[in-house]
Amino acid sequence: MSILLFVESQQRKLKKGSTELSSYGFALAKQQNTTFTIVTINCEDADKLANYGASKLINLKLSTKHFEAHAYATALAEIATKENAKIILISSSADAKYMGGILAGKLQAGYVTNIVGLPVSNDPLTVKRSVFSNKAFANTILPSAINIIGLSNNVHEEISQNSSTAVEHQDVQTTAKCTQASLEQSEGKATIADADVVVSGGRGLKGPENWGLIEDLADILGAATACSKPVSDMGWRPHSEHVGQTGKPVATNLYIAVGISGAIQHIAGVNASKIKVVINTDPEAPFFKAADYGIVGDAFEVLPKLTEKLKART
Amino acid sequence: MKILVCISCVPDTTSKINFKENDTVFDDQGVQFVINPNDEFGLTRAIWFKEKVGASVDVLHVGQASAEPTLRKALAIGADKAIRIDTHAVDAFVVADQISNYLQANPYDLIIAGRESIDYNGSMVPGLVAAKSDIAFVNTCVQLEIDGSIATATREMDGGMELLNVELPLIIGSQKGLVEETDLRIPNMRGIMQARQKPLEVVPAVESQSKSAIQNFEKPTPKAAVKLIPADDIDQLIDLLQNEAKVL
Ligand SMILES: Cc1cc2nc3c(=O)[nH]c(=O)nc-3n(C[C@H](O)[C@H](O)[C@H](O)COP(=O)(O)OP(=O)(O)OC[C@H]3O[C@@H](n4cnc5c(N)ncnc54)[C@H](O)[C@@H]3O)c2cc1C
Repeated sequence: MSILLFVESQQRKLKKGSTELSSYGFALAKQQNTTFTIVTINCEDADKLANYGASKLINLKLSTKHFEAHAYATALAEIATKENAKIILISSSADAKYMGGILAGKLQAGYVTNIVGLPVSNDPLTVKRSVFSNKAFANTILPSAINIIGLSNNVHEEISQNSSTAVEHQDVQTTAKCTQASLEQSEGKATIADADVVVSGGRGLKGPENWGLIEDLADILGAATACSKPVSDMGWRPHSEHVGQTGKPVATNLYIAVGISGAIQHIAGVNASKIKVVINTDPEAPFFKAADYGIVGDAFEVLPKLTEKLKART
Repeated sequence: MKILVCISCVPDTTSKINFKENDTVFDDQGVQFVINPNDEFGLTRAIWFKEKVGASVDVLHVGQASAEPTLRKALAIGADKAIRIDTHAVDAFVVADQISNYLQANPYDLIIAGRESIDYNGSMVPGLVAAKSDIAFVNTCVQLEIDGSIATATREMDGGMELLNVELPLIIGSQKGLVEETDLRIPNMRGIMQARQKPLEVVPAVESQSKSAIQNFEKPTPKAAVKLIPADDIDQLIDLLQNEAKVL
């Protein structure tokens, strides 16, 4: 038995979060008393994971050149079988969640998403996952012979090891079911999925013309920008920035909420973030109850000052 | 074109989440169940196809009779037929097995399922069905056009969008964007009356095996009170973020 860890890349480079995932892989292998193999696909810098304690580091060169869920799932199912993997570890990215179900179906494996730590028990394999949009956790038993585990963001420390695992390359022929007609991707910019900091604006900002305040703060912090649901519904910001229970989930290190009241649906989606800072004129805004730090104040005064002071600091 | 929309019934977003029987069972007392929001965006797009280009729209739920009012609501906003596969939907594997089995005898051109349900947040059902039924799948779909047997679908990715061409049959994971919030429909009196006459078939379940079991639930540990910082002392906020929270 062994563990197989799939680490994603984008434009052929490892995605952010790959070292956290690899560190988790090592800790899991240790806990399960076994070894682990890291698999990348069409990746040019897999060697950066040489010092994470994997027994093997395999880069699959797929004939399908870009991420295509069916092709990736087929290739991963094959290598998982070849490596006799009993646990397959994937991330919580949009691509991983897209592919995970297909992979589980192909392998007839058990599968759980949103895992928040190492298994709580080994026999039977039991993992803790977040459910009800972060309002609860469910300790879940996985009785199958093979199981796929989807790890949430930001749940494990990055720890490198004294290893120097060499990268092996393998060519794999795959067929895609979907043909990519075009791709639009913001390069080099932090995304809500993997940013360390997210700056989020609500209706309190009054209108789209004021979003410069949010963007300036985000720029100085290297943060991704997000918004509340009504802000995207009114077209002030694109839907892709809508976070919350019915939008994107956020599990970042620092979430700064500006002019957002903190409705139950909003908080449910962002509560997995480690530190929450709330800036709101209304001291009774419910968000203060879920926040770590708060400023009762006007965004139009507080934000420029905060941005300026952070700028002076760097 | 034949469209099937898979529907999950979930607690309304304002529900208090509590558990009973030693924290092993979700306590649904006083909880109002609704169509899973991601499914509703998909259903609304399906009804758009029906009205604009011609299609039949069936809705399917795997679960118990308590979900029938939600299925009637789907009929009231325009679906033609509802199907309930009668079983206890213990996990995504059971649900996906039942849907795949149904598809074998009842083929559809387009199958829609929410990208995730807002109760267990699994994000698993459409991918599992795609693999079991060997149908192409596009997840987090925010735009969908169909021309003959070819679908053009936009997939939202982390930090981008991808335009995909796929041959039908196709299964999509639906979410907001596929239709706008303002396109969502509230059943009107006529729709509600018509829904009473529309077929709601109850189909027996086939044998299927769950691949997960919930041992117990836990609530997050309560949070310490917020630290309030005066609006004119931004330096203190920066200091706390840097030296106490260590996130800067
Ligand atoms: C089924 C369902 C699902 C939903 N899903 C989501 C979801 O996923 N995500 C989500 O966000 N919402 C969701 N909502 C909506 C949610 O209930 C709230 O309506 C929404 O989050 C409120 O957005 P807001 O905080 O931006 O606006 P408001 O509630 O209007 O709050 C604006 C805040 O700005 C403050 N403010 C005003 N002026 C200033 C100023 N100058 N400086 C600082 N602060 C100021 C006000 O005090 C107020 O607290 C959902 C609702 C439903 C029914």
